[in-house]
Amino acid sequence: MKLVVNGSEVETKDGLTVSELLVEQNVKMPEMVSVEVDGQIVPREDFDATALKDGGKVEFLYFMGGGGGLN
Amino acid sequence: MDLTDQQIERYSRHIILEQIGGTGQAKLLDSKVLIVGAGGLGSPAGLYLAAAGVGTIGIIDADTVDMTNLQRQIIHHTADLNVNKVDSARAKMEAINPDVTVKTYHTWAKADNIREIIRDYDFVIDGTDNFPAKFLINDACYFERKAFSHAGILRFDGQLITILPGETTCYRCIFETPPPANAVPSCSQAGVLGVLAGVIGSLQATEAVKYVLGIGELLTGVLLTYNALTMQFRRINLNRNPNCVLCGDSPKITELKDEEQPVCDLKKD
Repeated sequence: MKLVVNGSEVETKDGLTVSELLVEQNVKMPEMVSVEVDGQIVPREDFDATALKDGGKVEFLYFMGGGGGLN
Repeated sequence: MDLTDQQIERYSRHIILEQIGGTGQAKLLDSKVLIVGAGGLGSPAGLYLAAAGVGTIGIIDADTVDMTNLQRQIIHHTADLNVNKVDSARAKMEAINPDVTVKTYHTWAKADNIREIIRDYDFVIDGTDNFPAKFLINDACYFERKAFSHAGILRFDGQLITILPGETTCYRCIFETPPPANAVPSCSQAGVLGVLAGVIGSLQATEAVKYVLGIGELLTGVLLTYNALTMQFRRINLNRNPNCVLCGDSPKITELKDEEQPVCDLKKD
């Protein structure tokens, strides 16, 4: 099936879960990522159980903490 | 508010804009914007807001200017080393524009002081460098129903979103809690392109000006991400999250608290 991950088309096996997609996309620190599927944020505890559907739009949203003084 | 002849000259490039005019400029002079953090993001935001004639600019920071700041925190100069950042920032903003009143808060934003401070302002710019502060600002602005601009930068990436608390997607709609402490690289560990702070901080200032003037479309419900290496901006639509622990249907956070998270080693080496 085809997904659109962060704006780019990706070919994956059918029924891939959010957790599996994070591995497949080589996301090294999944605890640093929120995942939105088709406009809805997926609760972290549901990553394993949430299967993606063909044509799904997935966004990985990264924590980004910098901007101030020290770091 | 009547503009003086000098003000009409100073702000002439604003005043000739149909969307601003003399009325809009008077609104800016009458407005109050708070910048939390006189660092990478707060520097360009503060300079541009002062130049724009935002009448009252508040700035919070408990830190002093360090040599490693100067690569990107352009409101501070080499001569300001070891000076309180809020004093250094105030001097530059006042030097740019004597119309501006700068209020300084030489403190860290905490649960016990932030609500009282932001209450006096029309708009808040989050220019902080750590997650406890970013969550604190999000929550405090929610409880005070104060519009604000959230942003973050790291390496060659930056992102920002404007939040109208209770109306549009908030930071906790996207991220429920701060990430685990050991998972987060800081700019000191990971690095940051100096000019990136200028790009993102200037975008935050743009949102503040638009909000005060009531013009254009605010960056609400959209996370704008920017990568300096590829020069790509992306707009990611983000709906409000009904499960949001702060602004969702059954909120779990009902009062302001500090997040107890030593996000990364915030002490200087």
